[in-house]
Amino acid sequence: MIEARNVRVEFDGFRAVDDVSLTVAAGSMVGIVGTNGAGKTTLFGAIAGQIAVARGTIAFDGHDITRIPPNRRSRLGLARTFQVPREFGRLSVMENLLASAPNDRHESLAAAWFGRGAARRADGEIGERADEVLTLVGLRPMRDQPAASLSGGQKKLLELARALMGSPKCMLLDEPFAGVNPVLMGQLLDVLCAIHARGIALVVIEHHLQALKTLVQRLIVMDQGRVIADGLPDAVLEDALVQDAYMGGVV
Amino acid sequence: MDAYLIAVGTVVLIYALLAIGLNLQYGETGLINFGHVAFFALGAYASALLALRGWPLAVTFAVAAAVAAVAAIPLGLAALRLREDYLAIATLGFSETVRLMLQEERAITQGVQGLPAIPKLFGALGGARADLAIFVALLVAVALAAWATHLLKTSPFGRLLRAIRDNEAAVVALGKDPARYKIQVFMFGAALAGIAGAFYAHFLTFITPDQFVPLVTFYVWMSIILGGVGSVRGALAGTLLLVAFLEGSRFIRDLLPGVAEVQMASIRLAVVGLALILFMLYRPQGLFGKRGG
Repeated sequence: MIEARNVRVEFDGFRAVDDVSLTVAAGSMVGIVGTNGAGKTTLFGAIAGQIAVARGTIAFDGHDITRIPPNRRSRLGLARTFQVPREFGRLSVMENLLASAPNDRHESLAAAWFGRGAARRADGEIGERADEVLTLVGLRPMRDQPAASLSGGQKKLLELARALMGSPKCMLLDEPFAGVNPVLMGQLLDVLCAIHARGIALVVIEHHLQALKTLVQRLIVMDQGRVIADGLPDAVLEDALVQDAYMGGVV
Repeated sequence: MDAYLIAVGTVVLIYALLAIGLNLQYGETGLINFGHVAFFALGAYASALLALRGWPLAVTFAVAAAVAAVAAIPLGLAALRLREDYLAIATLGFSETVRLMLQEERAITQGVQGLPAIPKLFGALGGARADLAIFVALLVAVALAAWATHLLKTSPFGRLLRAIRDNEAAVVALGKDPARYKIQVFMFGAALAGIAGAFYAHFLTFITPDQFVPLVTFYVWMSIILGGVGSVRGALAGTLLLVAFLEGSRFIRDLLPGVAEVQMASIRLAVVGLALILFMLYRPQGLFGKRGG
């Protein structure tokens, strides 16, 4: 699904991502851990297209996506969420989802003036799907609230819901559990399992190791822009190098 | 007095056309356009120059809208690359460039001398009746523009504009290209400004480049801020309020003995400024704006 080869990202000569190669199989669930500044989010940016790579190639679903803009990567089925939620604050929760579905034909000036009936029907269909997604993530009761009024954890769920509206094949989730209270955490874990059960590949950056271990079959550890371990979660966490770099020797 | 009211009303409606377009750009999409007057000027000159060559006004009005809309394309392309504060500077520079071009291309525009004897819209009706007809035509134009904008705002297109305003990066991450939408919004607002310019030229029948200074843009900004950003009703009420301030302050002179004409001009602006400050202090969301919206 994702095939990154020797990806390097530089900021003023500093290698934030240093020749990382990584493959993610279709339908798999992979965790990425590492200290702050290890290059995890930057790697996501490079894969999703927000950050340009200095060298290396990235392929997704058989397409070379190294140089194409982020919106086209998203259309290929590669979705990402952000560490800090990027909700459309003044739109309602439902509108957030409606605006997130691919709908080029009806999101046009011509349709605004001459194709209102068709646009409304399309909104109806998208709305049904949005309601399903809202039920899945548990935001259905808030559908008509402005997104700005949601709690931090709910905004994380909204972020997920919006990404799902594009019917992705793979989702890059940047710290989905950060700032989520323990009650919501259980719900979020269930949601992620449900998404995975639909055959969507998930790559999850997370500091919350316990939550991550219950979720993923494979764990990647990054340190100083490099991948230093990659394998089964338990084996990786026992790795001496990993303990030294990430946990400071304490697990 | 009737003639005076019609003239003031015409100015209000011309500003309203400008305000409706700018309100869509800023209020809905979050684009800071400090060069709105450029499209007003291009519309005025395009229509006037063609009319002086004998083209029928129905055609010149359409050309005015088209010229202004096309001129907005490069600005729209710039808007894709620039952060909003830089866009403000770029648009301001664009409008000054347009004004200086109109001033310096003397072979076409007659420079600072301006274009006199532009055919009056509905001129065949003669004097006062022509003015009244222009006023009514403008009423229809403003109503149409308000209706078209309302339809736009309540469509999926409008929803996406608000999404772009709230978080553009998220729109990109969700697979959409904000550029497409921003350009269309720039073009639509510019077309309205172009039509406003054509009305202006064929109402006054005399235009010069110095009628198209950045102050005009800022008057339009004042109207939408006074009226409440993001609401069509607000844009209309704001222009009314602005022109009331501007015109009303003319009469202050009668109350102040011993003030010279030149000093009065400055006092007038100071009074308008003070009124604006007080208004914003006590009603920051504008007449029809949503609080905190």
